[in-house]
Amino acid sequence: MNRGMKYIDDFRDPATAKALVERIRRDAGDAPVRLMEVCGTHTVAIARGGIRPLLSGSVTMLSGPGCPVCVTPDGYIDAAIALGTERGVLLASFGDMLRVPGKSSSLEKEKGAGLEVRVVYSPLDAVTLAAAMPDREVVFLGVGFETTAPAIGGAIKTASVREVGNFSVLSSVRTIPEAMGVLAADPEVRIEGFLCPAHVSVVIGTDAYRPVARRYGIPCVVAGFEPLDILLGISMLLRQKKEGVARVENEYSRVATATGNRKAQDLIRDVFVPCDTGWRGIGVIPGSGLRIADRYASFDAEVKFGAPVVFAPERTACRCGDVLKGKILPVDCPLFGKACVPEEPYGPCMVSSEGSCAAYYKYGVL
Amino acid sequence: MCLAVPAKIMETGDGAAVVELGGVRREISLMLIDDVSVGEWVIVHAGFAIEKLSEEEAEQTLALFREIAEADSSGDS
Amino acid sequence: MHDRILLSHGEGGKRTRDLIAKVIARYFDNPVLSPFLDAGLLGRIEGEIAFTTDGYVVTPPFFPGGDIGRLAVCGTVNDLAVCGAKAVAMSCGLILEEGLPLDTLERALAGMRDAAKEAGVPIACGDTKVVERGKGDGIFITTAGVGVSVDGWRPAPPEIRPGDRILLTGTMGDHQVAVLIARQNLAIEAPVLSDVAPLSGLLLPLLPRFAGKVRFMRDPTRGGVGVTLNEMASAANARFVLDEARLPVRESVRGVCEILGFDPLYLANEGKAVLIVAGDAADAIVAVLREHPYGREAAVIGEVAPGAAGVRMRTLAGGVRAVDYPVGDQLPRIC
Repeated sequence: MNRGMKYIDDFRDPATAKALVERIRRDAGDAPVRLMEVCGTHTVAIARGGIRPLLSGSVTMLSGPGCPVCVTPDGYIDAAIALGTERGVLLASFGDMLRVPGKSSSLEKEKGAGLEVRVVYSPLDAVTLAAAMPDREVVFLGVGFETTAPAIGGAIKTASVREVGNFSVLSSVRTIPEAMGVLAADPEVRIEGFLCPAHVSVVIGTDAYRPVARRYGIPCVVAGFEPLDILLGISMLLRQKKEGVARVENEYSRVATATGNRKAQDLIRDVFVPCDTGWRGIGVIPGSGLRIADRYASFDAEVKFGAPVVFAPERTACRCGDVLKGKILPVDCPLFGKACVPEEPYGPCMVSSEGSCAAYYKYGVL
Repeated sequence: MCLAVPAKIMETGDGAAVVELGGVRREISLMLIDDVSVGEWVIVHAGFAIEKLSEEEAEQTLALFREIAEADSSGDS
Repeated sequence: MHDRILLSHGEGGKRTRDLIAKVIARYFDNPVLSPFLDAGLLGRIEGEIAFTTDGYVVTPPFFPGGDIGRLAVCGTVNDLAVCGAKAVAMSCGLILEEGLPLDTLERALAGMRDAAKEAGVPIACGDTKVVERGKGDGIFITTAGVGVSVDGWRPAPPEIRPGDRILLTGTMGDHQVAVLIARQNLAIEAPVLSDVAPLSGLLLPLLPRFAGKVRFMRDPTRGGVGVTLNEMASAANARFVLDEARLPVRESVRGVCEILGFDPLYLANEGKAVLIVAGDAADAIVAVLREHPYGREAAVIGEVAPGAAGVRMRTLAGGVRAVDYPVGDQLPRIC
């Protein structure tokens, strides 16, 4: 196996991983400590890294709602499909969104029936696409958290400067700290420590978690996504718990800083405005969304096409909401592995590439 | 939501840069950061550099890992 | 000859005869094909016969390291090789889209000719059809291949037992990444070449040389090593355990995977084979594979373990995780 990728392979060293696991086992108490990894990318990294079995007995990892695909309402998918099928819009999207179920269909299924969807790696690619076909309306499905918000904002600004009038964004951007607050306050969830997202923190700064740590007395550690980052981050949380403190610590110091990326934050403030937003499976969380600011209304697909995205309560059998809040593990959902499997997902946690249920199903040792 | 990779700046110009990772190159936007030079490392997400990577801090983290690995192999706790 | 394929090239009249005689015949020239009868007469064939068929629709038709023609020959030869058969003849069915540049067709035919020569298999019969513009993606190739079993070897999944080892003949994901880069819609530059290659020379000599030691072979095409291992584990009702540290992957393929969020285990290969072999012969077989140009990075990647059927992997972090079937193609992701 090739081992030469700088700043990646160094953080996957097996000997150090073993030592960190030993450290975690020594620091853990009699009952497994309940830690929540907020970010879906951590959920997948933990699953793919085979880390969960190593923590058994010492730590229970609860998967949080930091999966932007999982928490996007099914009304959003329906609105996107309608734009494509009824208004002839060309949709551009990250690959993550393709198989997410809306009320009755998904982008992938509709693609099979003629809906035009292009998968792009960057929102800027969607602007380039629009510029190359001025007679077509192109809508980018702007789904993500604060890591992606600056990129989506950057695309809108680029379209504005280059006067690409046929480009717009159907926004589904959410912010993390408010959701963490909701979970920290929920007595049923009982979180003893937050493993905080690496790249959201790079943008918003690690200080953003200080209110949660202070108000709820929950230790917070920002950790990178490589196996050693995750193990060290978990170890740091256990040590805080042992000491009886609740601070914000930064394991990902090679990239994340206390104050974050000011330029990216300024861009977010320019292009977006905070708003109350519904999270699939959770409900409305005040101040947890970012909608496109009025000055960029011509790039806001909801305004441009008069197509507001409707947030509505979920089909009741799906327990994604409880999974996203860490109240139950995926295996506790009655549909898991039966009516709800990756090929025919009932809820978003199973279809998203980083949904907790998908991670358990694909990588868990069943 | 956070898939981003460390890559090295190979060329810069006009708000954009070409980065390299494992011999693979892509043009990315520098809209979100200031003052990058060739040879520096950045974290890339969705076609944008979202922050610089501090080689010094990375080395400190790696030194901590080495310490932990050595402590474990010598039987300390 | 015109410089583009026209509908009349497929109608069976003079244009068709011209296409065959003036273009196709220049690339495929052997005693079986040359009379251009309605069938290729192969004569008497001794031995156990294997038969395979495949369709090739890759876009774009040319990519770093290969082309649709080479792919068509190698895919056919390899399906036979992993079943222990040497290809003795193959067919070539061309479905061409009206408007296809003749140059594109000729490049594809040259790819087939060169690969067929390398693999030692004649193209013994063929057919050409032309479809209207818009009804075909440039060029589609369908093949069938007839092979003769070497040494009477047959794939034997029921023979697989704990203690057997899992071998991979080289690096994963090269082909799919090369094609992805060639599509140019991700604006990534990577020095990756498709691994498309005929494997009969690599694999068939192993069968008499290590008689009784090679249990099962497959080529990990669409869906990659991950899917192929799941299929094999299912066929054998066996438990496979891989070692993440031993999976061969080129750095440039890893780079693309890190950027786009792909898992190399599920990327297509066109010049690789997975072998399940007796544990005591594994190292010797790897050594022999490595002597061959198409096996230089051959490695033991895991073993067959007791327990419930399925595929697992020991991770770098020291844990274990499942390697399941993926759902659909991998797509560039942000999460």
